[in-house]
Parts: sequence; C-alpha cells; structure tokens
Amino acid sequence: MKRLTLCLAMLAAAPALAQDTSPARLIAGYEAEAGTPANPAAGKALFLATHGTGKPDTPACTTCHTDNPRAAGQTRTGKTIDPLAPSANPDRFTDVKKVEKWFGRNCDSVLGRACTAAEKADIIAWLSGL
Amino acid sequence: MIRSAAFGLSLVMALPALADEDRVPPVTHAATQEECGACHMAFQPAFLPARSWQAIMAGLDDHFGENAQLDDATRAEIEAYLLSNAATRIRSVPDTVTPMKISDLPWFKREHGREVSARMMERAKTMSNCVACHRGAERGIYEDD
Repeated sequence: MKRLTLCLAMLAAAPALAQDTSPARLIAGYEAEAGTPANPAAGKALFLATHGTGKPDTPACTTCHTDNPRAAGQTRTGKTIDPLAPSANPDRFTDVKKVEKWFGRNCDSVLGRACTAAEKADIIAWLSGL
Repeated sequence: MIRSAAFGLSLVMALPALADEDRVPPVTHAATQEECGACHMAFQPAFLPARSWQAIMAGLDDHFGENAQLDDATRAEIEAYLLSNAATRIRSVPDTVTPMKISDLPWFKREHGREVSARMMERAKTMSNCVACHRGAERGIYEDD
C-alpha cells in the first residue's frame, strides 16, 4: 500500500512530456539546419563508435545506452535509462527541449564537442528505423 | 537586499546538523527531483552543507565526469532549494573543507565501510545508488535494509 502511494506520488511528481514534436519533425528540422538529408548509416556508426575524445568516463554513447537502443541502458550510478528507439519507447524524441538538453550534454561528454545538426538528424533517423 | 535578508533567515531556519542519518527530510522540489533524479537518486539536500551544493551547482559542466548542464533558470531554482535545505554543520567536517560527495563524509565512510559487502557493492554498482540497499532512500529513510 505504502509502495502504491509512493508510485502514485512519483507519477504525480513527474512532469508531463511536452509532446511538442515527433522524430520525423525533428529530423526535418535538423536536415533543414544542416542543408543535407539524414543518413541513418552515419548515425549508426557515430552511435556505436568508441570516440574517447570527450570525458574519460564516457568514451561512447553505448557506455550508458548499450549497443542495443531497443533495450534499456544504465547510468553510471546504476539508474535505468529508458530505450532510445521510438519503437521500444514512444516517448522518445517528442520533446524538443529534452532532446536538445541531452544532445547538448551527451555530445559534450562523449565527443568533447557539440553535435552538428547533421549528426543529430543522422542519429534520430537511425534510431527511428529500428 | 530584502532577498539576501530572506535568504539569511532561511539559512538560520535551515535544518539542524544531522543528528541521525537514518532519516532526512525528503526532496520536495519538483525540478530538483526531475533534473537530479534523471541520472541518480535526487539526494536530500540535508546531506551536504550549502558551500558544497554551491560548488556542485557551479561545476555542472563536469559533474563527476559528465556534462550535467542546466539552463540558467532551472539551475538557479534548484540551487536555491538545495541551499535553503542544506545542513548547517557536518560532523567531523571543518567549515574550511568543502565536501563534494556525500560518500566522502566521515560518517558515511564509517557506516558503509564495515557493512557493505562486495556482493552488495556489485548489486549497487556505486555508492551513489542508495536505493539498491535502502529501499526508503527516496523518501529520506535510510534504516538498514
């Protein structure tokens, strides 16, 4: 009972996602910004590669997200990360602010630089096709 | 001026030093819960002094090896909550020292050094994963589980 109350409290505390976009709309926006069409194969390569140009604890996207975006990942502190692939997690890529926040943080952590609009389009295009 | 007076008052009224680490007031601030809780449990502010939270919130671009940057408004809001609910004193930690991790505090090391087995550590992954062993941690309840 106590646990149910806690779950309800946590649900109430979780802010609703903005649901102000979709993977397709994000891809179109990033494509327009980049001036090039999205390339899912390039997105896959970028996502699965070991970069090591960012922070030492996060050499790759797969460090936390694993190499299977349809499965859950895990933060370095042991917390579950919901799957990135929209087919496994429909909430993905439906909130512009959230997408920008995490690209901003994680490209810096993994690559040591910001991702380009083309790279964002590529990654979302690959993930959306899974 | 008024704001700094109010802030000063809120610090005076802040929690007394932790008398008992088994129970601390839970996080009651939505943005703190949401943003800090995205990667790890949102730790209760009473575990660290204000100077520690200030230092942590000033270094989010390299937050224990990851970029955890927030927009300015959210960062300021969370920092204000943490500061006004911070510990006033931490046992065995002089005011000249600014601990950056709860798991570095002397009482924490004492409590966990003896009791945490290799198997528990394997399950928890890190000392930041309170809920792995303390099932009530999110609610500020740290009785031994």
